[in-house]
Amino acid sequence: MVHGEVWTLKELFVTPNEYIYWGIQIVMYPFMTGLVAGAFVLSSLYHVFGIKELKDIARFALVFSFALLFAAPVPIILHLQHPFRGINVMMTPHFTSAIAAFGIVFFSYGAIVASELWFLYRKHFVETAQALREKQDKSRFEWIGYFIFCTLTLGVYDISEGALKRDEKAIKVLAGFGIPVACFLHGYAGFIFGSVKANALWMTPLMPVIFIMSAVVSGIALCMLTYIVTMELRKMFVSRQKAQYAGYQSKEKIKSVEIHVIQMTAKYLLFFLILAISLELLDLIFRGYTAVKSWDVLRSVIYGRDFTDIFILQYGLGNLVPFILFLLPKLTLRRTVVGVILVLFGVFMMRYNVVIGGQAFSLTFAGYMHYHMPIIPHDIETLKEGFFGAVGIFIMPFVLFWVFSKIFPIFNYKESH
Amino acid sequence: MITRRELLKYAVGVAGLAAPLTALEMINPKKLLAGKSGPSKVRWVFLVDTYKCVGCGLCVKACKNENEIPYDANVTRTWVERYVLTKDGKLFADTPKGARDGFTTNKIDLGLGKYQDIKKEDIRKAFFVPKLCNQCENPPCVQVCPVGATYQAPDGVVLVDRTWCIGCGYCIMACPYGARFFHPKYHTAEKCNFCYHRISKGMQTACVEACPFGARRIGNIKDPNDPVARIIMTERVGILKSEYGTKPQVYYIGLDEEVR
Amino acid sequence: MGNHVFRPLFVVIGIIILILIARSFYVPHDFGVHERGYMYGWYREGNIEDWKKVQVKYQGRDYCKDCHSDKYESIMRSPHAIIQCENCHGPAVDHPANPPKLTIDRSRQLCLRCHYPLPYPTSGRAKIRGIDPDRHNRDFECSTCHNPHKPNLSIR
Repeated sequence: MVHGEVWTLKELFVTPNEYIYWGIQIVMYPFMTGLVAGAFVLSSLYHVFGIKELKDIARFALVFSFALLFAAPVPIILHLQHPFRGINVMMTPHFTSAIAAFGIVFFSYGAIVASELWFLYRKHFVETAQALREKQDKSRFEWIGYFIFCTLTLGVYDISEGALKRDEKAIKVLAGFGIPVACFLHGYAGFIFGSVKANALWMTPLMPVIFIMSAVVSGIALCMLTYIVTMELRKMFVSRQKAQYAGYQSKEKIKSVEIHVIQMTAKYLLFFLILAISLELLDLIFRGYTAVKSWDVLRSVIYGRDFTDIFILQYGLGNLVPFILFLLPKLTLRRTVVGVILVLFGVFMMRYNVVIGGQAFSLTFAGYMHYHMPIIPHDIETLKEGFFGAVGIFIMPFVLFWVFSKIFPIFNYKESH
Repeated sequence: MITRRELLKYAVGVAGLAAPLTALEMINPKKLLAGKSGPSKVRWVFLVDTYKCVGCGLCVKACKNENEIPYDANVTRTWVERYVLTKDGKLFADTPKGARDGFTTNKIDLGLGKYQDIKKEDIRKAFFVPKLCNQCENPPCVQVCPVGATYQAPDGVVLVDRTWCIGCGYCIMACPYGARFFHPKYHTAEKCNFCYHRISKGMQTACVEACPFGARRIGNIKDPNDPVARIIMTERVGILKSEYGTKPQVYYIGLDEEVR
Repeated sequence: MGNHVFRPLFVVIGIIILILIARSFYVPHDFGVHERGYMYGWYREGNIEDWKKVQVKYQGRDYCKDCHSDKYESIMRSPHAIIQCENCHGPAVDHPANPPKLTIDRSRQLCLRCHYPLPYPTSGRAKIRGIDPDRHNRDFECSTCHNPHKPNLSIR
């Protein structure tokens, strides 16, 4: 069976080689990179612009961005017909292709986030390494931890006041550098689509900008969601072991911090949401107004076949409803959770409608293709490019986040400065 | 002796092409110059006469056999489209299985198992259009390949390196003509290459040879005595989707506005 | 003690050097920029030869002419002279060495490719005589009555 044939249904005049070659994993790819970029921008709002209210979530967002970073390229690798040749992108990059930039941009972005994390947690690495070194008769587990933390110090054990000051400065510079790189990382994901002149729906110079805006929206939303969930879990943890932790942090104290941060972050979410929606609507209006050759088929897709996906699920449920939820006064935690979940869904649907919607019509402009996402896998292809592959990708950063939180303590970490 | 002007041109050319990337050793300037041993004397082009095509699909059959595209796989390097325009201004078009088995019914395939019967007296115009890779002068599929697995050979034919293709599908997306697909066996991007193994031996392509009606012809546009080149140069011919700026090199006689 | 701020940078530079070293081993030596420049000519040159080496399957009627001269001559005198032998007999490849015997397509579908009547003006198809396959001796192969090498209706 030809790749793509399983999930493609053709209607009317479609040329023989046309299939929906870019399936659910290519929807996941910009969605996940968007989350990376968004989480990083959120953390930079504190580090660069000194928005104090975001201090608590900034550290959290940075570690989460790092976890997401490892999950972001996996959808592409799962999508490749030759996953093991993926390294060719680094070996013989062809920079006239938007995808070729992937290796470079991804690597430099990863280097920036990793360095920022290093400066942020250097003190912790040094202290842990020293504590483990002094410890007598270490267990095997502790030996491993000792080696990991020794490596992580990169041979620097200077945690004097002056050295930490320089760390802080370096974080600020890196975060400042990181914002354009994060925007580039995601803007270029938009460019991958926006520069395909053969595709009438994709080709617009607005595509990278729209992608960046919705990326920031989704990144903030996911950080808020994860932040709330982890905070709630900790609250449960604290109230259960009250005796032990009583003097350290009270349940009420956590709660008051939490809602304040959330309300502040929600404002930024709204701001970027407005930008994203305005740009998307501008694109839609412009297409209708100029009505070039492809408009007939695009209109039938946008207002006809994909109406539910675009106007009800994406704009209605994913944008309008959370917009109202956030604008209503006295934002509560529960309402925020509903809001951010809907926002995440809305951004996912936007990616879906761009990637799948762009392949919903034929190059002939006289035929249509329907996408049926494989749910029950019956071979490796329908597993990795189906429902379970996509869900696996979505779960992956959370697992990584849990692993990273062992190395980078996200909570209970007292800063000296 | 080289003049100063030539030297300047040379220097600018080399610097412009190589300088920004030599730092990363992406491009070896020596190799770049070695390749410029002189422009190729051949530029393959194709000529399709849609008046002559009868839609027998023998070209598709020959192409699939010649180029080892699994016969029953629903992808093909070349295909034939049928266009039927009715008197009430409607367009019906289809290409069942890429016309591998020709057109042996007057019913138009609408997909999803539906067919449209069109009466003879309702037809305003109807014709067949063979399609294949246009071997564009500015191939967008090559531009977007992230690894250099597809490229334009010096004689203009766009080829795919099956040992280097990662199978991302970007080239398939970038082609405005739908000429590309994934090979069902090799899982790499696949396309018509004007039967490169045949034309480089002085033979005709499989589709040209199989066509009983002379609807397909291949030639060298750089040879003024080539009959195909002469027709393209002196007669009225059309190309597909010129608005994309790809400069396709498959020319058509009797092209209609309705041809997609 | 020196400035520790540049430590991560050293790590990054180290990784880049490692990648460049790996690259020099991994990438074939004939990979580079060729005639059409970096945009269209960035490839492994040996691949052109790979494509030229593909086996030819359709040999053309001249390949058949010498051994099957009787068939060749009879069809060349008929309106079917325009049809290549291999369109019905299958690709010769290295026949008779490989395959020793070709599989002939005698199906009605093969003849119908041209002889199913499609009255399309401005297409050569309208000029070919056709039959209605549902009414015209539907259960017989065409070659039962018609000799494809001598198709001038003088039934076999």
